[in-house]
Amino acid sequence: MEQSLILTGTQAAAEGARLSRVQVVAAYPITPQSKIPETLSGYVERGVLKAEFVRVESEHSAMGVCIAASIAGARAFTATASNGLAYMHEQLHWAAGSRLPIVMPVANRGVGAPWTILNDCQDSISQRDTGWMQLYCMNNQEVLDLVIVAFKAAEKLLIPCMVCFDGFLLSHTFMPVVIPGQEEVDSFLPPYVPFHTLDPENPVNINPVVLSEPVADPDGVISPGYMGFRFRLQKSLEDALPVIRQTGREFGELFGRSYEDPLFRYRSEDADFLFVAMGAVAGEATEAADALRQDGVKAGVLGVRVYRPFPAVELYEALRGRRAAAVIEKAISYGYEGALTSELKACFYGKSERGPVISNFIAGLGGKDVAASDLIQAANASIAAAKNGTSPDRAQWVGC
Amino acid sequence: MAGQSAILDYPEQEYILPGNRLCAGCGVTIAYRFILKALGKKTIICVPACCLTILHGMYPKTPIMATTVNNTFAGTASAASGFAAGLKATAREDWHVLAMAGDGGTFDMGIQALSGAAERGDNIIYVCYDNEAYMNTGSQRSSATPAGALTSTTPVKPKVQLKKDFMKIMDAHWMPYMATVSSSYPGDVYEKFLKAREIKGTRFFHLSAPCPTGWWYPTKDTVKIGRMMVESCIFPLYEIEDGRLSLTGKSLSIARSGGKKPIDEYIALQGRFNKITTEQVSQFQRHVDQQWEALLTRAGF
Repeated sequence: MEQSLILTGTQAAAEGARLSRVQVVAAYPITPQSKIPETLSGYVERGVLKAEFVRVESEHSAMGVCIAASIAGARAFTATASNGLAYMHEQLHWAAGSRLPIVMPVANRGVGAPWTILNDCQDSISQRDTGWMQLYCMNNQEVLDLVIVAFKAAEKLLIPCMVCFDGFLLSHTFMPVVIPGQEEVDSFLPPYVPFHTLDPENPVNINPVVLSEPVADPDGVISPGYMGFRFRLQKSLEDALPVIRQTGREFGELFGRSYEDPLFRYRSEDADFLFVAMGAVAGEATEAADALRQDGVKAGVLGVRVYRPFPAVELYEALRGRRAAAVIEKAISYGYEGALTSELKACFYGKSERGPVISNFIAGLGGKDVAASDLIQAANASIAAAKNGTSPDRAQWVGC
Repeated sequence: MAGQSAILDYPEQEYILPGNRLCAGCGVTIAYRFILKALGKKTIICVPACCLTILHGMYPKTPIMATTVNNTFAGTASAASGFAAGLKATAREDWHVLAMAGDGGTFDMGIQALSGAAERGDNIIYVCYDNEAYMNTGSQRSSATPAGALTSTTPVKPKVQLKKDFMKIMDAHWMPYMATVSSSYPGDVYEKFLKAREIKGTRFFHLSAPCPTGWWYPTKDTVKIGRMMVESCIFPLYEIEDGRLSLTGKSLSIARSGGKKPIDEYIALQGRFNKITTEQVSQFQRHVDQQWEALLTRAGF
């Protein structure tokens, strides 16, 4: 039965995993994610969750265990953050290349050096090109819901999925969360059926060396070369957004909270100016938008909930004809600008309709507070740039 | 001590089909054939990037008739742990999980995941096939390379440091079963794997696999070289069950009846020792003698 509790983001992620009936959990503690494996290990020991909990010695092994468990046919789950995610890097490629529907919450945290345990999104943005789907949550309800949605979408698409949420801002902050009933979740998310069933009578060699050119197998069937496999992954990711939308809609029909839209939209319909952000800062931006509206600026917010696959069409439609946009990012591609900014600009390249003047703001790295006043200042600078017709060529650092 | 199967008792089923991409004279294949015969078809093999990847062939063909999953270099033990967990979670514990990694993937890069799996006691059989250098990438030095050997990253001055004693490291994990095996004694390999398959928990094998390509000896001499390693007690054969060490096979008979050979001929037969110094040879011999004495004491001789 559905119930409402006050939960932290990590507890919400653990509840999402429990409700998804994960069968193998392998995780290594790292702040601010540690409460997820702690909670789940307790569930397993008390018999609340029927799963194998592997207390691995590193994040590299956590993903290694998940990859193998998923190939074996078990629903596999892990969670990490920051340097832990970076340590997993090659295994992330391996999981996506193996087409395994592993789900992994990432409690976003800055990456060393120097050390920080506090929040930014450099960890998961740095893993953008590993072939995983990436969802970004704005609150703890989304953390719980999107873990469940992620499993269903991942298992349909055979693509692993990160469910990213801000460390401390969400991971350690208590919020009311509606916990769906197990029966309802079971009706939404059926048991995991692996693509390939291990069969001693039909042995296979999974992920061997692949040549660059397609070759014929002993029966004369043409098998893809390395690029063929990579192309299939890209094709599946290109086609993934409708599946995520459909899955998000089905979730909404059952639970009343729809995730059909890859974007979170706040007062965006008639807005001249839009904040574009990911994660909790998009929630913060709604306050700034309200304040700007009081001053007569038609401001709104777009939160990018689905970042990979990238919702380019939706973003183009949501931003075309607007005057200015401020992209607030808690990560940067060093030597250029925020990745979301570059990608947003690319949405408008070659299109007949002009996009807004886009300004990029790097904010909140390593837990630096992003106040509503910072966002209002960013909005005013963006609007001024649009008025002057001067598109700023560099990311502006908030509070530096 | 392991039992004794007659040749006719070995399963006829072959899991390595004729024709594969490994170098002629490779020791690994000889042992691998008997490992798979002992474990049977309900075995999942975890393989990192190593010589065995080459044996298993290029997509879409493979000469191996057992389910194989390739994994990252440092991830052989974690892959095996994942299969053990996944098979348990899906109620298919009748499968054997076999991890097969080289000395590079075990002594060096894979040691962390292996130590983690062994400490947890995950239900896997882990084999380090040791050809004493990174042979798949072209004979570069590893921590399993003996002092005095030339490798492609010690091309002028032979390696200075002694070979890491990996069995001691694994022994510190309190495992239910671990054993040394040599590709030159396939019968011993078969018996020890038959025994290990009946034991639960992490089981570890150190498999000595001579490599003509990297050791620079004629391909016909692989079995001979492997035997010399055992006969000179460079690589004694033994097993450790719950901490109790027993010498086996040829090593047991040397312990009982003597006949331990000096290392000189073994050294002389291999090109990799072309530049070994006289001091290094005597250091090598002293080291072998000390280790053998310690082993005899522990085995109760």
